[in-house]
Amino acid sequence: MNDDRDFMLTVNGTTVEIRGAAPGASLLSVLREHLGLTGAKGACEEGECGSCSVLVDDSLVCSCLVLAASAVHAHVTTIEGLTQSRDVQAAFVECGAVQCGFCTPGLIVAATDFLAQTSDPDPDDIREALAGNLCRCTGYGRIIEAVVSVARERRGAAT
Amino acid sequence: MPVYLPDTTEEVLSLLAAHPNAMLLAGGTDVMVGINHQHGLRQETSIIALRNVSELSRYTIDDTASTISLGASVTWTALEEAPFVERVRCLAEAARTVGSRQIRNAGTIGGNIATASPAGDGVCALVALDAQLMLSSATGSRQIALTDFVTGPKRTSRADNEVITSVEVPIVKGWQSYAKIGVRNAMVISIAGVAVVLNTEHRSVSIALGSVGPVIIRATEAETALAQQIDWERCSISADDLDDGARLAATAASPITDHRSTAAYRKHAVQVLTKRLVQRGLRDLAERGPS
Ligand SMILES: Cc1cc2nc3c(=O)[nH]c(=O)nc-3n(C[C@H](O)[C@H](O)[C@H](O)COP(=O)(O)OP(=O)(O)OC[C@H]3O[C@@H](n4cnc5c(N)ncnc54)[C@H](O)[C@@H]3O)c2cc1C
Ligand code: FES
Ligand code: FES
Repeated sequence: MNDDRDFMLTVNGTTVEIRGAAPGASLLSVLREHLGLTGAKGACEEGECGSCSVLVDDSLVCSCLVLAASAVHAHVTTIEGLTQSRDVQAAFVECGAVQCGFCTPGLIVAATDFLAQTSDPDPDDIREALAGNLCRCTGYGRIIEAVVSVARERRGAAT
Repeated sequence: MPVYLPDTTEEVLSLLAAHPNAMLLAGGTDVMVGINHQHGLRQETSIIALRNVSELSRYTIDDTASTISLGASVTWTALEEAPFVERVRCLAEAARTVGSRQIRNAGTIGGNIATASPAGDGVCALVALDAQLMLSSATGSRQIALTDFVTGPKRTSRADNEVITSVEVPIVKGWQSYAKIGVRNAMVISIAGVAVVLNTEHRSVSIALGSVGPVIIRATEAETALAQQIDWERCSISADDLDDGARLAATAASPITDHRSTAAYRKHAVQVLTKRLVQRGLRDLAERGPS
């Protein structure tokens, strides 16, 4: 048994103690309010917008839909610890895929996860893979371009 | 609020026996939406998280057996990628339409069934496939047809001390598919969903309709009519008989008008989807030739 107010979490490779979390607190709120990791954003808190995307045991999920106290044995990776996203971040900047930036961390986590599974995605694959991440500024075109360019660069580097 | 993280089904059952009011938590994609809306939980609620119960995430398929057994915690992503997808194609197709990658990585088939939404995509496919559920409690186990388990919108016959352990899905010879209408290609709760199974061995048709009634509906009259009118040798049907069958399917629907769509559009959608799926199925079967 585990108290849902005081428990341990492993985030970005470090195990930390959480004290006094609210009953039923989501992983998103604990990351932001207890650990100061504000990369994951909260908007809808119902799984619709993807701005809270993180990896839990290497699986892409919405942190607003994870009960924090149930993730004690899991490895959580947030945008702050996602070192393999450097080139994705750079491509977003270069392609102009960032405007207000609210959706960006979630999109980078989702895109990085997708690119780890697919080396040569076409724009339709990318749209489908990123369908769980909403952006109200860019119109998505430049986000798709950024992901295509990372895939191209990585393939180039691999050959 | 205690959160229990059992490792085995046995432990889940004894926890449920000791805390019959506890809430089961699988992927959390339905439960957490509710908790976030209420701004947390009452201090006394206990939660039994199934995350570490690895046996519930397994599936087994026995080549000689005629069913696939899916653990309740099998996720939509696992279903899409499973080696047996071709044999339960309509369920795999339903899985692919659920939410987004984030939702499919977390959401489970057991959670979809226990939520018992009339819009549940997995439930619709499983109703067409005549799936059976296995439930266990500390005092025993039972098997029940999915259609009997779901008693109303978001209502089931699950007792407080029971956990769904698996879904038994018959492997059908023939053709099957799932189609859904929504406002965009991803992340939508269906406006109408239709699952069609053409069973070439028994020369029967199953049609399940989602989002057009308080529960998932079987269009039994359309099933009987179409099964009679299909020329099973040639895998074909006359245009008139197909239209009649699709119309009967729409008659079985009893949709409402809500913020997602109107009753009239939903009925129309059922007719169009049924026709399209049966047509596609017969064409695919004819191309495949006698098996
Ligand atoms: C953004 C978003 C999009 C969605 N899109 C779709 C969609 O397109 N189609 C669709 O059908 N659904 C959709 N859903 C709903 C949801 O994702 C599914 O119903 C999912 O399958 C629920 O599974 P879960 O494991 O997350 O359930 P949880 O939220 O963990 O649990 C749901 C219910 O099932 C109970 N439960 C869980 N496991 C068991 C068990 N083994 N035995 C008994 N009871 C159990 C829980 O106590 C709870 O009552 C969506 C949800 C969100 C947030
Ligand atoms: S805040 Fe989690 S999906 Fe919107
Ligand atoms: S850049 Fe503003 S929401 Fe995407």
